[in-house]
Amino acid sequence: MSESAVSRPSTGTISGKSIVLDNVTKQYPGQSSPAVDGVTLEIPAGKIVMLVGPSGCGKTTTLKMINRLIEPTKGRIVLGDEDVTSIGGDELRRRIGYVIQAGGLFPHMTVAANIAIVPKMLGWDKGRIAARVDELLELVSLDPAQYRDRFPKELSGGQQQRVGVARALAADPPVLLMDEPFGAVDPITRQRLQDELLSIQEEVQKTIVIVTHDFDEAVKLGDWIVVFTEGARIVQYDTPERILAEPANAFVENFIGSGAGLKQLTLRRVGEVTLADAVTVHAGEAAASAIEKMERADHNHVVVLDDRERPVQWLSRRQLARLDTLTDVPEDKLPVVGQGATLNDALDTMLVSSAGAALVTGRRDVFLGVITVETVMDAITAARASAAASIGGPVGTNSDAIPTVAPDAPTSAGSSMSQAHDD
Amino acid sequence: MADFLGSRFDQIAFASWQHLSLVVQCLLLATAIAIAVAAVVYRSRPLSSVANTVTAIGLTIPAFALVGLLVAPFGFGVPPALAVVTFFAILPILRNAIVGLTGINQSVVESARGLGMSRSSIFLRVELPLAWPVILGGIRVSAQMVMGIAAIAAYVLGPGLGGFIFSGLSRLGGANSLESVLTGVIGVVVLALLLDLLLVGLGRLTTPRGIRV
Ligand SMILES: Nc1ncnc2c1ncn2[C@@H]1O[C@H](COP(=O)(O)OP(=O)(O)OP(=O)(O)O)[C@@H](O)[C@H]1O
Ligand SMILES: [Mg+2]
Repeated sequence: MSESAVSRPSTGTISGKSIVLDNVTKQYPGQSSPAVDGVTLEIPAGKIVMLVGPSGCGKTTTLKMINRLIEPTKGRIVLGDEDVTSIGGDELRRRIGYVIQAGGLFPHMTVAANIAIVPKMLGWDKGRIAARVDELLELVSLDPAQYRDRFPKELSGGQQQRVGVARALAADPPVLLMDEPFGAVDPITRQRLQDELLSIQEEVQKTIVIVTHDFDEAVKLGDWIVVFTEGARIVQYDTPERILAEPANAFVENFIGSGAGLKQLTLRRVGEVTLADAVTVHAGEAAASAIEKMERADHNHVVVLDDRERPVQWLSRRQLARLDTLTDVPEDKLPVVGQGATLNDALDTMLVSSAGAALVTGRRDVFLGVITVETVMDAITAARASAAASIGGPVGTNSDAIPTVAPDAPTSAGSSMSQAHDD
Repeated sequence: MADFLGSRFDQIAFASWQHLSLVVQCLLLATAIAIAVAAVVYRSRPLSSVANTVTAIGLTIPAFALVGLLVAPFGFGVPPALAVVTFFAILPILRNAIVGLTGINQSVVESARGLGMSRSSIFLRVELPLAWPVILGGIRVSAQMVMGIAAIAAYVLGPGLGGFIFSGLSRLGGANSLESVLTGVIGVVVLALLLDLLLVGLGRLTTPRGIRV
């Protein structure tokens, strides 16, 4: 499996288990066509897989069949290397974390009691449960002393959602299922919760399956994205990079919406691209020597650094000519981005500063180089090329292979990943 | 009046105590039965509406008639009184229990299932506590209602304050007849207020802070 496109740093060890849906169908009684039609889906251990698609296409049904909240009509579900299709549903669900919109907390129990539900059922002793509750509250960025004894109604929506995640993780299940977990919070909180989920995932490395309406959320969170259409038919199962660069067909293109290029920019960090170098001088030097350096390097600007190598000014030839010695007075509105910023953020900064470029800083704001619009364009082109070149990945098909993912369709040079693994 | 009360204080106190005891015991029994019935029917819409219809019809049955009819199977004394009072006590509690249990936010129940809780532990640890304030509301209504109904028990020679009312009414105009009726009626009202106060206190103690309004 090519992981080059999935460039998320992984610090912890994978504690997740893989999930396989094998030819799973759900036919609700009294409906003419199945809500989920013969889905075969391989969810790799320790990855985040996003299920997206239009309303009513069967995302929730697919998700709930994994923990058998909805019993499949046909097919098998394999967790790790264990067939869990016929084990007790309650027992299975104790091993799979489940988070719904707004957390689904029990209003009559305190935060601590909510989180302790599964450990209690598993018969942990009191001390161990109390320690685990505090540990989890820390993990989801809530101060245990402050929040442990509160009731859900005494929390904000975002905090309730965090407690929901903590509760789902309580007994350290290998798998976490989330159904539109951030659907009920405002956009700013949603973004914060998404960032938090990513950093939690870095630590815990679970296998996480998330249903979402929001394609941008899928791109941001997913290692892999499944695009469904009516009847949970898989239109494309791919990395976010590749779905953006090579949508399988017009349906996916439509679903991505406009600005696929811009969305790709949110996938790459400034630190991942090659920066242009710049002429640097230090505060206190004579302007004349700065001009000389600049001419030797055939540049039109110099970056003035302070004594701790932090950029303070960015001067053009004309500005330099008017100066005597260089000071370390910080320039107003200096376009600076950190190396952790996305290319999208960098582009924003450039556009605001109207410089067509921005200064990049690393740890402790030390100057690293310059990022330009050209760098960003090159990065998009490179991302497209590498996305197109990477093939292979987990299996995702429906039993009656349908024309939308025909292996010889022009756009699917590398997208017919199902074929790569079909044996 | 004061003479009447003074001379019969022990008798009145004993009857009041018996009255209250009958009502409280019937309420406990009725609560248990109502919750058990609600537990069986609340997940099914048709069964719930059958139960609701039965409670509505049940409330229209004249208590007086029912208690008389029950003499045949139960004989005189405590048993028919207990049966009638419990029957009427069940009705408001059952109604509220069904309302309370079906009114629970389904996402809470779904997340309980998602955590792997069994059906019975969801009922006992999630649904029942959440429906409890509503059920308790039913118990309060029930308590008020059956406090009066329990007075009819005297008709079948059952215990309680009803005896004062019946004996007073049967010789109305005679000595102390009005005092006797008033003693019974006022006793019932005072007991009802007292019990309601107790139930409010019970509500305070048994409703978790998270769902208090
Ligand atoms: N309990 C049910 N009984 C009958 N039909 C159902 C049931 N649940 C879902 N369906 C139907 O199955 C189909 C898939 O529903 P599902 O909830 O999985 O969609 P979804 O992709 O999650 O949609 P949304 O994005 O709106 O949440 C829909 O047509 C829906 O009407
Ligand atoms: Mg859904």
